[in-house]
Amino acid sequence: MVDSHRIKPPQGEDNHWWWELAQEGVLSIQRCVACRHLRHPPRPMCGECRSLEWDYIESSGRGTIASYTVLHHPRFPGFEYPLIIVLVELEEGTRFTSQLLQCEPDEVQFDMAVEMVIHEDPDGFRLPMFQPVGVA
Amino acid sequence: MPTTLSDEAAIAGIGVTAFNKQSGVSELSLAAQAISAAIDDAGIKASEVDGLASYTLDSTDEIEVARAVGAGDLTFFSRMNYGGGAAVCLIHQAVMAVATGAAKNVVVWRAMNGRSGRRMGRGVSGDIASSDIIHWSWYMAYGMLTPVSWVAMIAHKYMHQYGVTSEDLGRVAISQRNYAVTNPRSLFYGKPLTMEAYMASKLIAEPLRLYDCCQENDGGCAILVTSVERARDLVQKPAIIRGVSQASTRGQEQMTSFYRDELASLPEMELAARVVYEQCGLGPQDIDAACLYDAFTPEVIMQLESFGFCGRGEAVDMVREGALDIDGRLPNNTHGGLLSEAYIHGMNNIAEGVRLIRGTSGNQPGKAVNHVLVSSGVGVPTGALILGTDRA
Repeated sequence: MVDSHRIKPPQGEDNHWWWELAQEGVLSIQRCVACRHLRHPPRPMCGECRSLEWDYIESSGRGTIASYTVLHHPRFPGFEYPLIIVLVELEEGTRFTSQLLQCEPDEVQFDMAVEMVIHEDPDGFRLPMFQPVGVA
Repeated sequence: MPTTLSDEAAIAGIGVTAFNKQSGVSELSLAAQAISAAIDDAGIKASEVDGLASYTLDSTDEIEVARAVGAGDLTFFSRMNYGGGAAVCLIHQAVMAVATGAAKNVVVWRAMNGRSGRRMGRGVSGDIASSDIIHWSWYMAYGMLTPVSWVAMIAHKYMHQYGVTSEDLGRVAISQRNYAVTNPRSLFYGKPLTMEAYMASKLIAEPLRLYDCCQENDGGCAILVTSVERARDLVQKPAIIRGVSQASTRGQEQMTSFYRDELASLPEMELAARVVYEQCGLGPQDIDAACLYDAFTPEVIMQLESFGFCGRGEAVDMVREGALDIDGRLPNNTHGGLLSEAYIHGMNNIAEGVRLIRGTSGNQPGKAVNHVLVSSGVGVPTGALILGTDRA
């Protein structure tokens, strides 16, 4: 296995399933079985109806940029800078915090249409990232 | 009759250590020095301290510092979570203790080797002892690891929505630096900041630059809270606690409340404002000066709206009109704040609020200062404090 310095997301009972789906290339959104409310980040109980039963839907991966920041300092091993972090408003209605690829820092725009791509690190770890629609 | 928190307690003593980049002593030593200074400032005996409280992030235990300063029996001790949000929340704890009789003389403190030891600016990349590690997992894998990165996401949206520019952020940084230049405690004592130097400073997390960020330094600060009656018998002019609140709102996360409908506001600070104003019957029109939490410049601008000093999206006009300056509508962080005096996690902003009420700030405004508003951490569960002069 090739070394990768990316800080791996700590995983526990309430989030490991999401990362396991990400390894399969799925951007999932947790859904309450009782009231059908979508929620992200995942939680064990529905804040709308308190049901403990949940499943998930697979996001289309399409959305728009609700906000963003371009990180320059401090620099951590495993990341390339400038690093564009985006808050994506998914078309399903939840938001997701991720990285924007295939875009220069000065070309990022609020409300820009983006689509999900699965990024794979040298060690095989996979995570959903985004790129402007139409660059591929 | 329920116990109220308005006009029950007062701040009778404040204490600070030197602020610097390498204290050369333990955080326990800094805590003991700050608390000792607060006790002496108030003129009480160390053995009279019967309550102690600090941040969960503080490395010093209450009983360690109690032995160090020679405190007596403790009947109240407490810890507060949420980083800089803890500052005013600890005053809330102290006032509840004094108002209910749980303790008579409570000292709250924060002491940190924030530069030579654990730097807050390194964020969650290092050792994590907190129970909310799963919360951070959504950001860590993407390299969003630092406070400035979390704040930038909300600030950028706010600036985009209301036409706030980099120069506007610079105006906040320069306003506070102007105060720090004449404050001998400040790390920027005698070192002014120009707009040119601000704009030339390196980008950290766009749109935020170096001088939009608070400092990282070593130092301690302690605040002594006692009853209004006792405070009147002590050395200093009491800073009456007219109101104090805690606030966390629906959908609250620690720094990353990115999933609420509205992104370009601070709901928790609006709640803190509502509660504290209702508690004492005061409003924004009654506030003469402020120490708004200022880990990052846009937080100051956004809070002007949270606390009702202007309408939504209008705060930038206040900043451009010089409202935050010494002769402005709301002189703010007249010691230089976390941006330019020192970063003691907000505790030193409370100390400055007390000085403004006493009339002893190094940058005391020319007008009468009867009420000072102090807030704690932005983007986290937080609180608001209104200090007032003694009307008795």
